[in-house]
Amino acid sequence: MKYLVQKGGWLILLLLCVAFPLVSSNDYQLYVMSLAFIWAIAASGLNLVTGFTGQLNLAHGGFMAIGAYTLGVLTVDYGVPFWIAFLLSGAVSAFIGYFVGIVSLRLKEHYFAIFTLCVGFILYLLIEKWEALTHGTSGVIGVPAPPPIGPVSFESAISQYYLVLFLLVVSLFLMHRIVTSLLGRTFIAIRNSEELAEALGINLMRNKVLSFVLSTFFAGIAGGMFAGFVRFIGPDIAHVMHTFDMITFMLVGGIGTLLGPIVGTLLVTWLTQSLQFLQDFRMIVFGPLLVLLVIFFPHGLVGSYKIWQVKRAAKRAAEAQQAGTPIQSKSRIETNASGEGVGEEARSNA
Amino acid sequence: MLNVKGLTKRFGGLAAVNNVDADFEKGKITAIIGPNGAGKTTFFNLVAGTHKPTSGKILFQGKEINAMRADLVARLGIARTFQTTHLFENASVFDNIIVGHRLRTHSGFWDVMVNSRRLRNEEQICRKRAMEVLDFVGLADLAPRITADISQEARKRVAFALAMATDPEMVLLDEPAGGVNPDETVGLSELIKKMVVHGYTVGLIEHKMDMIMGIADKIIVLDHGEKIAEGSPAEVRSNPLVIEAYLGSEHAAA
Amino acid sequence: MSSIDLFFQQILNGLTLGSVYGLVALGLTLVYGILHVPNFSHGALYMVGAFVAFFLIVDLGINYWVAMIGAAAVVAILGVLSERLVFTPLRHAPPIHDKIAAIGVLLFLEAVIMAIWGAEFRRMPAPYTEMLSIGNVAAPAQRWLIIAGALLLMAALHLFLKKTIAGSTISALAQNREGASLVGIDASRVAMLTFAISGALAAVAAVLFAPINLVYPAMGHLVIMKAFVIIILGGMGSVPGAILGGMIIGFAESFGAFYISTDYKDIIAFVLLVVILSFRPNGLFTQGER
Ligand SMILES: Nc1ncnc2c1ncn2[C@@H]1O[C@H](COP(=O)(O)OP(=O)(O)OP(=O)(O)O)[C@@H](O)[C@H]1O
Ligand SMILES: [Mg+2]
Repeated sequence: MKYLVQKGGWLILLLLCVAFPLVSSNDYQLYVMSLAFIWAIAASGLNLVTGFTGQLNLAHGGFMAIGAYTLGVLTVDYGVPFWIAFLLSGAVSAFIGYFVGIVSLRLKEHYFAIFTLCVGFILYLLIEKWEALTHGTSGVIGVPAPPPIGPVSFESAISQYYLVLFLLVVSLFLMHRIVTSLLGRTFIAIRNSEELAEALGINLMRNKVLSFVLSTFFAGIAGGMFAGFVRFIGPDIAHVMHTFDMITFMLVGGIGTLLGPIVGTLLVTWLTQSLQFLQDFRMIVFGPLLVLLVIFFPHGLVGSYKIWQVKRAAKRAAEAQQAGTPIQSKSRIETNASGEGVGEEARSNA
Repeated sequence: MLNVKGLTKRFGGLAAVNNVDADFEKGKITAIIGPNGAGKTTFFNLVAGTHKPTSGKILFQGKEINAMRADLVARLGIARTFQTTHLFENASVFDNIIVGHRLRTHSGFWDVMVNSRRLRNEEQICRKRAMEVLDFVGLADLAPRITADISQEARKRVAFALAMATDPEMVLLDEPAGGVNPDETVGLSELIKKMVVHGYTVGLIEHKMDMIMGIADKIIVLDHGEKIAEGSPAEVRSNPLVIEAYLGSEHAAA
Repeated sequence: MSSIDLFFQQILNGLTLGSVYGLVALGLTLVYGILHVPNFSHGALYMVGAFVAFFLIVDLGINYWVAMIGAAAVVAILGVLSERLVFTPLRHAPPIHDKIAAIGVLLFLEAVIMAIWGAEFRRMPAPYTEMLSIGNVAAPAQRWLIIAGALLLMAALHLFLKKTIAGSTISALAQNREGASLVGIDASRVAMLTFAISGALAAVAAVLFAPINLVYPAMGHLVIMKAFVIIILGGMGSVPGAILGGMIIGFAESFGAFYISTDYKDIIAFVLLVVILSFRPNGLFTQGER
């Protein structure tokens, strides 16, 4: 029961998502929502390396593009079955991510951010210019939709919606395992202070590369799903603007929290929908929003809630001690000790 | 336990540590003192692998560790604290400590994916170890508190606990009593002595002379990167070179 | 044209590009030196400079040089505003926050320009259209203008940094923040001044380059990324490094485009960066290792 209360936020969100097709009035809404789920998978990949491990990777959109093109090119030009190509989209992205990671992660902070910005741009240029492989600016047309698995087919908008939702839930489940484990704690320690983490015997390079590769894997499968869902891909998907979008999602929801990027993606997507009249100018709103968030609300929605929660628990524990009750039971501590990090605060007082 | 020979580190033209010999004996407290900028922290950085020495030799338990990466040095059994402690402010104290024992665990990515028994065991071990070290430094009560809310002295103790969670042979403490009031300093001295009683070897940088004189078995004095004196507290106190180094410096010892 | 003339043409091209890149990189490196923020919005300032000048010249019929000063002033003010409103509040924030905020500024400026002028490409009329030859090398006057203008500005900046109190304060602060505030330097005034200078340099570079290039909202993207490559090559915070790095990239591109491939010329700078950082993770001219 306690478990249910603790996971209440998750459960409510899941129920809402499952019920959404029942209340939504048309296929367009389903389409927007499905697309948001795909972005949410990619954003939570970015969150792993940036929010949990502290490495601002500005090439993330490029890795999503690698996934998308892997699926698009393999299915359209080489006739590879969709689901195999889909798995490969994650694998290829992670494979390239490994090599980019071992070079870029030797760089610290600004250098890393700038370097990955450049990597993202190289990926964009390569996709645009390498016509023999990518069809250049004309893009890959006629990407097949996800074919049926056994008796389950994905033709209707609803079934596609549930497919994408399923993928998101699986991604989050894995992400949850990662960040609440010792591995996640290791990542958080690196974000907190690389110097301290290293002094605690943590192999910085190995862990950062692992986090990076995992994040590119998520980007890759999100890209693959994107290609199969939108059915067309052009170089545009590698544009750095998409990385910036994902950073916005992450910040709005709460950087360094599991649920943050999901909440952020859904919220910003629907906000954008209701700001349709702004179209390409939505950044007039989101640019300053990003700045304001970073200055005044750096933990985002979920992050702020988490901090409040942890503080409350700590206060209760302190009161319990003062009241003379025996020192907290182990389980008391464990409730606070979900490995899930809460924003980035450290170093502000350095 | 730790033997250093001719250790030198240059930053550009500046020799932050210059040809220093030093021996840290097992089960003893060896202190390093010296004016600001004398090269004390740099010395620790060299031993702990944070910086690469320009030249010189560092032997830990007879094994050469010069230029070894910091995480490997930690695995070998040298833990350290920093002059300023970067803790994860929005997490509980307990949460901050758990990762300290990570280097003694083996679970990797696939253990995480399948949530293996080994992973679950090791997580338990890390938690248990965290509770033990918090208990050792006298912070068991603060375990569930938010790190941002605890006092400066408690932060120092958390840093000790983190270092101890790595199961070290030797602990290097960089100004553990910096920014801590005199009463609390006495408490920290007690804690350091307790660590020695429990078999840890301690290297200690401190500006607070009463503390050093009270607990150090041996004192090494650095000035401008060079070792200018070495000996028991009494010897060092009466050494004219040391007195001059401190009087000649505008930042006389606090 | 003989191959030797072609060669000189490439040198001229390299100098032109290098001058523009150098000016942009200078502003970026100054800001980095003072605030330790990689200002991702710097490219947007460059772009805004071009659009302001375009507006003044084409819509208001104002003289090219006056427009250049106007653009420099507007962008300098934008730079100061972003310093005050965005970077100062974030001075003590965790390391990735200021970068994200800079991206926010970039997105905002681009969107505003798009909203006003749209996404199309525009051409700014050149103030002088004749060909000018020096020795055997003939080129549009604008190219010579770019080179001369950039050299002049760089010299002026050098004098400013060396000979004036404000300038040497900037240098001092760029080298050592704590040290400078110890001697009683007003850090926030210096920061504003630096942003103003950096913005003005970007605007002037844009206005110089625009007549032989195109004016469009995304025009800053490539330039800023190359400027980053340059300041990494030259050492983040180093003024001579920015100029030298600008020239290196300018020449690499002009010769690369000519002797290798025009298609991939924009990649050259980044490949150079990847190669260099693979071997020297702290940049070319820093001796920092652990
Ligand atoms: N990473 C570095 N790069 C360049 N110079 C450094 C570096 N670290 C330390 N120094 C220089 O080396 C000298 C010794 O510094 P160190 O921090 O070791 O002194 P310290 O004895 O610990 O002083 P304090 O008592 O103030 O902590 C100083 O002049 C310092 O500026
Ligand atoms: Mg020190």
